[in-house]
Amino acid sequence: MIVYLLCFILFLTGLYGVLTKRNIIKIVIGLSIMEFSIFLFLVLVGYIENGIAPIIKEGQQSPVFVDPLPQAMVLTAIVIGLATNAMLLAMAIKIYRKHKTFDVRKINSLKG
Amino acid sequence: MNGMTSIVKTVTRIVVGVIFIYGVYVITHGHLTPGGGFAGGAIVAGAFILLVLAFGSDVLKLKTKEEGSSVFESLAILLFLILALGGFILGTGIFLNNYFPKGIIGELISAGVIPLYNIAVGIEVAAALFTIFLALVIFKEESS
Amino acid sequence: MEITLSVILGFMIIGAIYALNAKDLLSALIACGIVGYGLVICFLLLKAPDLAIVQIVVETITLIIMVSVVLDSTRKELKEKAGTHMEGISKIYTRDVINIAAVIVFALFLLYFFTQAIDVLQPFGEHTTRMATAYIDGAAQKTGSANLVTGVLFDFRGYDTLGEATILFTAVIGVLTILRIKGKK
Repeated sequence: MIVYLLCFILFLTGLYGVLTKRNIIKIVIGLSIMEFSIFLFLVLVGYIENGIAPIIKEGQQSPVFVDPLPQAMVLTAIVIGLATNAMLLAMAIKIYRKHKTFDVRKINSLKG
Repeated sequence: MNGMTSIVKTVTRIVVGVIFIYGVYVITHGHLTPGGGFAGGAIVAGAFILLVLAFGSDVLKLKTKEEGSSVFESLAILLFLILALGGFILGTGIFLNNYFPKGIIGELISAGVIPLYNIAVGIEVAAALFTIFLALVIFKEESS
Repeated sequence: MEITLSVILGFMIIGAIYALNAKDLLSALIACGIVGYGLVICFLLLKAPDLAIVQIVVETITLIIMVSVVLDSTRKELKEKAGTHMEGISKIYTRDVINIAAVIVFALFLLYFFTQAIDVLQPFGEHTTRMATAYIDGAAQKTGSANLVTGVLFDFRGYDTLGEATILFTAVIGVLTILRIKGKK
């Protein structure tokens, strides 16, 4: 069970980055680290000892497959994570162009 | 933006065709070997991104708007929806049904309508990633 | 297997802690790459080859875009601490200590409840496939594909794939709208 605990510590590291940092790029990195820890946790739950990858080959009698359901869910989630990161970076470009800084405490004008 | 040094350009001329063919192979053999639509689409997008980064956007004469790749992406997702509706009309009235004949497992032409889904999703993912790259790295639109 | 995974996870945690406390933004991005590529090795050890291919290409594309955004603007971490060093040096130290103490207390609290929550799970490596048995048993005859993950993704769970394609489409529309050229007055 120690792999699960290490996975959760990685999640807490990402959470610390999102909550306490003031630079927008550091916030994006923290969010990315949180997503990676969740992907790893889902695939860890579905692992069977001495199982093989879920692909049917010729001439095998009753193989023990690793669970393919979490893998299908994480496959979709990886591409969604990229889409979220892209939109956050587009907003970061606009913020830098207007305020000339990446600091989130100095953005306090709602106009424009 | 400028291109890179001549070593990178020479290696790119040799390698980018191999990466593209490998991506198309991973897309079309998605139901036999590991891979599928998402992985193959990302590899094809990587081949195009390498081409733009190595030679610079001036040499390739990219237009000021990303028209071509967004048109490809819209057409690909339209093809996905038409295939899914085909199950509704031709099959037994279930959306996203697998209604083509399923052949022998292990052949290239088997598994019903899944290879066509793979091709549609592969083109869509490749075009979407390339459009995002162009919009964020090359064409950071200025306000006129 | 557990020892190998724990060592790789340890490297990822060290890389993550360095990435969030680096003074130079470019070093922080390269340390973020450690977490991403370590995840690829973990996926290969856990017998998931589809995920490894997708993760390695998507991580590379994300790093390229982030490096371009950082190089185009500024590379320095924010420098406002230099301004407040003059007044009340003791105040800065107590604020930092209180910050770190609060973070550690909060983290221990969450960690205690997490250990309570995973008592329900089986030990690592002895997963009882209750739902997956229904998918694996007839998958070869019902879908006709040799790759089980593709069969589950496109035949049994086709709606999720349609939703994911829609999300990618919406993300492209969003990025093109945020960065659009302003129209004429």
